Amino acid sequence: MAENSGNKDLAGTTLRLKVGLAEMLKGGVIMDVMNVEQARIAEESGATSVMALERVPAMIRAEGGVARMAKPSLIKQIIQAVSIPVMAKARIGHFAEAQILQELGVDFIDESEVLTPADEAHHIDKHAFTTPFVCGARNLGEALRRIAEGAAMIRTKGEAGTGDVVHAVQHMRQITREMRILTVLTEQELYAAAKEHQAPYELIRMVAQTGKLPVPNFSAGGIATPADAALMMQLGAEAIFVGSGIFMKERATPLDVENDPKEREEAVSRAKAIVMATTHFNDPKILAEVSEQVTGTMKGLAAAGLDESQLLQTRGW
Amino acid sequence: MNSKKESDSGGKLKQGELPRIGVLAIQGDYAAHAEALAACGAEPVEVRNPEELEGLDGLILPGGESTTMLKFLGMRHFFDVLKTYCSTHPVFGTCAGAILLAREVRNPAQRSLGVLDAVVERNAYGRQIDSTILTAKTELDGGPLEMVFIRAPRIVAVGAGVEVLARREGSPALVRQGHTMAATFHPELSSDRRVHRAFVQIVASAVQP
Repeated sequence: MAENSGNKDLAGTTLRLKVGLAEMLKGGVIMDVMNVEQARIAEESGATSVMALERVPAMIRAEGGVARMAKPSLIKQIIQAVSIPVMAKARIGHFAEAQILQELGVDFIDESEVLTPADEAHHIDKHAFTTPFVCGARNLGEALRRIAEGAAMIRTKGEAGTGDVVHAVQHMRQITREMRILTVLTEQELYAAAKEHQAPYELIRMVAQTGKLPVPNFSAGGIATPADAALMMQLGAEAIFVGSGIFMKERATPLDVENDPKEREEAVSRAKAIVMATTHFNDPKILAEVSEQVTGTMKGLAAAGLDESQLLQTRGW
Repeated sequence: MNSKKESDSGGKLKQGELPRIGVLAIQGDYAAHAEALAACGAEPVEVRNPEELEGLDGLILPGGESTTMLKFLGMRHFFDVLKTYCSTHPVFGTCAGAILLAREVRNPAQRSLGVLDAVVERNAYGRQIDSTILTAKTELDGGPLEMVFIRAPRIVAVGAGVEVLARREGSPALVRQGHTMAATFHPELSSDRRVHRAFVQIVASAVQP
């Protein structure tokens, strides 16, 4: 059995196992699913993992209300239905939700800005868990703060539930640019860099030496088409999260994959195409082929038109 | 290193030339395998399409999700091309890769290449929370071997021609059958390179008999 103690050393057994699972998900697609049928479609289409949640971000955005961890019964059903790893979201700072998710046997916990934050100052102490965590980030400092707290995977936040990739691009470019800059700084300058990024010096130094994050760096938030997935992979993402892009029809209406065979087919075509595009992200010929096979696309919401108060990405500290 | 190898596989390596070993790069920890191969004196080559197998001296099937990999193998005759390749060349599968190589897969049953005479049960030890790092004795030289198990499969049965190089609680964890190797753990995630070195040796002796 893995040790259960909070091991804060990056070379510690627990963290190696957590990062190890993130390594296995590289080059793949993690899909948001709201029911068993969607989870089956995701697995059939080649997803490496599914994220179980009650409402995808596009619906949370449209319907409002407090967005919480998914119901345990739903998570259990999805764990039963598929053989691939199952993730689920906990609210920022809500370590009791995370404890429940760990108890349910979820393989990865997403401490997510998509849900309504439960703590306006503190994130979850992720070292206290055996289950690995993924957290969103918009810049290097935020990514390193989450890693210091024990995150085993980082994903760009983007702007979830919009189908607009612009913020995912912005965040990935920002993180990679800030990492590149660190690699040319002198040892002396790294102390000030740590202060600027509001991140632990040890992690800043590690990035300066390697030019990359000490954990896998995935992309999320607004990825809706095979071309979006390929774009993020070419920008340096190591895998892709797709939230509302596969199972949504109109702004807040999901495709009826349970009762309408045509709508199910549409979801399958989108899911398969994004999986293909993520693997063959550098092959325009294949990207053209798979883009052609997609029927329908999430309608989406231009992120530039969103009011500051409607942004999800500003949650998290 | 110094000269380009003729594209035909099975050709002899020239003096100072590195064996070219493919890593199936559909999805998974293929980059970690590439790094391990480079550290063991081989030239790693990422493989995403069936035609890219041509000219390679050996192949690694990495860890990841076997169901995802099978989706890709189901297209463009990749499965059949890979099956032929694996039955005629050195090949090494870890975790998901070992599942793909097996004769039979359980929990749930799924298609496999059938080039390793073994029955493999997926997710046999539970979920991520049951992932673990163990150290066990091995037939490889150099003392006990660290084994990183992540949502690991279990080899529940092997044929008479399969040599067991390390075990986890009695079940084979590292096996070899002729030029085929498989591990239910992830040697690519350990700093100990003995397992990759053993595979590179199999490849080197296959191209330079």
